[in-house]
Amino acid sequence: MAYAGVSSAADATEGDRSQTAHRLTYVLLGVLAVAMLASLAIGASGTSLWQALWDVARGAELSLRDRVVLFDIRLPRTLMAAAVGAALAVSGAMMQGLFRNPLADPGLIGVSAGAGFGAIVAIVLGGMLPLALSDALGYCLVPVAAFLGSWATTLILYRVSTRKGRTSVATMLLAGIGLGALTGAVSGILIYIADDAQLRTLTFWGMGSVAGATWSKFWTAVPLIAAAILTIPFIARGLNGLALGEAAASHMGIDVQRTKNVAILAVAAAVGAAVAVSGGIGFVGIVVPHLLRLAVGPDHTYLLRNSALLGAALLLVADIISRMIIAPAELPIGIIMAVIGGPFFLWILLRRRGIVDM
Amino acid sequence: MLKAENITVSFGRREVLHDVSFAAKPGALTAIVGPNGSGKTTLLKAMIGEVAHGGTVRLNDVDIARAKPWELAAMRGVLPQATPLAFPFTVAEVVRLGLMNGTSGGKTQLVPAALARVGLGGYAARYYQELSGGEQQRVQLARVLTQVWEPTQDGAPRWLFLDEPVSALDIGHQLLVMQIARDFADAGGGVVAVMHDLNLTAMYADEVALISDGRVLAQGASEAVFTDDLLSKAYHCRVQVNTTPRSGTFLLPHVAQAGAA
Ligand SMILES: Nc1ncnc2c1ncn2[C@@H]1O[C@H](COP(=O)(O)OP(=O)(O)O)[C@@H](O)[C@H]1O
Ligand SMILES: [Mg+2]
Repeated sequence: MAYAGVSSAADATEGDRSQTAHRLTYVLLGVLAVAMLASLAIGASGTSLWQALWDVARGAELSLRDRVVLFDIRLPRTLMAAAVGAALAVSGAMMQGLFRNPLADPGLIGVSAGAGFGAIVAIVLGGMLPLALSDALGYCLVPVAAFLGSWATTLILYRVSTRKGRTSVATMLLAGIGLGALTGAVSGILIYIADDAQLRTLTFWGMGSVAGATWSKFWTAVPLIAAAILTIPFIARGLNGLALGEAAASHMGIDVQRTKNVAILAVAAAVGAAVAVSGGIGFVGIVVPHLLRLAVGPDHTYLLRNSALLGAALLLVADIISRMIIAPAELPIGIIMAVIGGPFFLWILLRRRGIVDM
Repeated sequence: MLKAENITVSFGRREVLHDVSFAAKPGALTAIVGPNGSGKTTLLKAMIGEVAHGGTVRLNDVDIARAKPWELAAMRGVLPQATPLAFPFTVAEVVRLGLMNGTSGGKTQLVPAALARVGLGGYAARYYQELSGGEQQRVQLARVLTQVWEPTQDGAPRWLFLDEPVSALDIGHQLLVMQIARDFADAGGGVVAVMHDLNLTAMYADEVALISDGRVLAQGASEAVFTDDLLSKAYHCRVQVNTTPRSGTFLLPHVAQAGAA
């Protein structure tokens, strides 16, 4: 029996896409920068980003109108679209790693609905909180409630659909439907008892859009989203190990329970924050990680951070389209994502490479 | 040294391992054999901390119930009976997962070396999920080998726990994989392997534990365990142990009287 025991450095990387995935991060950073500039430059008003930059460069004062358009309308909207896109894509990728299934999307299996439920509860019943508590939470009340809602949903779904370290997609989807029916019913009751002011907030909030972006909304969402993104280096290896099952991951030295706990909290934080400020925007969490896996492989070390970048860029582009397509009116961004994501999802189902254990 | 004492495992109300004790030495290949459903996999899983059990397991004098996953991962690799994979990793990427913890560090050159070792040179860029069962099994072995590449570390033995490592393989690759296990043991590591094929076990194992109905019928050198009586009793059929100078010990079921014992 002859083994080639020695190997040259050249073939040490054969079949290993990590270098390509690493380089893709820089490309995506560039793409995101361009998308952000475009988002700042394009808008219904006549304000020109380039003119404004030129004025600033010359040392001239910006007009009040330009300042408001750029800094109080376009900039928060751009940053919020990017943050929400990153949150949705990262939470999709994390959830898929956790459930070991490329179809596990927070929107699809009801985690976003759970977050929405939390938000509705906060909006309608928030006034019943002790004054001290609601004062302390302030603007954060809705995001925190959404976070709690998505956290509970994720936890329940994982418990129900995972047996002996294997996740059944059928159970996961059905459990999502069951939970969705329940939260939907309770939401209905809450909407029924809501007063007029609360109803207006609910309608505005539920439209699935980043159009109403303000700095205060942005700052309530960002801490949760940032926390979720900061967990990436701590759970990427663990999610890679989990791809081989919980037992194998543990034998490779992964603290499986900790990985699962952190991933569930991170998903809940990202989804909760994204839903709280933008309503439900679907498909980002499924389209982005899937494309990246096709392009550079499923290694979570790169998949998660690349998902954040591509998700941010994708949502910015969708938002730009939503502003331009029927200008000066706007189409909600959720509709744009559904038009892109729906067919894409069907396409994934048709070519199911890499999907096991349906 | 691997020492498992008074291991009891129940699934629900059913006790499938009854107060089993088992030991394995470094530098040796210890096989666990027995009929289907006798508890071989369950014993192996108890010894790697994968199922809840009564009794204690000590590996290199460490109580495995108290050790952290990464401490155990540095001491031993585990090859399960079958390993499904959730995402389209390439073969090289699967094997590289074995490197992620601790002791083998980021030595990526181990990836092609391990693949060559299991006879899968040239498979690095293939998709794992598109391979045959036997090829997947060898990819997993390569992954486990990268995790515990050196059979000893700072004088302490490392361990391979293999659950039916050759059951999906053709005879050529059966010999290749058994030789890998043999070499690992000869270099000072410990190997514990659940085996299905008694002839291969006789060829390669130093020690054999014979399990039947959740109990150890016998453990010792293979010549002492592979006797007509013990095997016939364990497998509920008549088995004849033969020895020839050319091929060593080999076993034949007694076809004419199968089931008559
Ligand atoms: N997870 C489980 N739940 C219930 N029963 C189990 C489980 N795993 C194994 N068993 C039972 O325990 C017994 C021993 O199984 P196992 O150790 O896998 O046998 P084998 O010797 O073939 O490897 C069998 O009767 C099997 O049905
Ligand atoms: Mg077995």
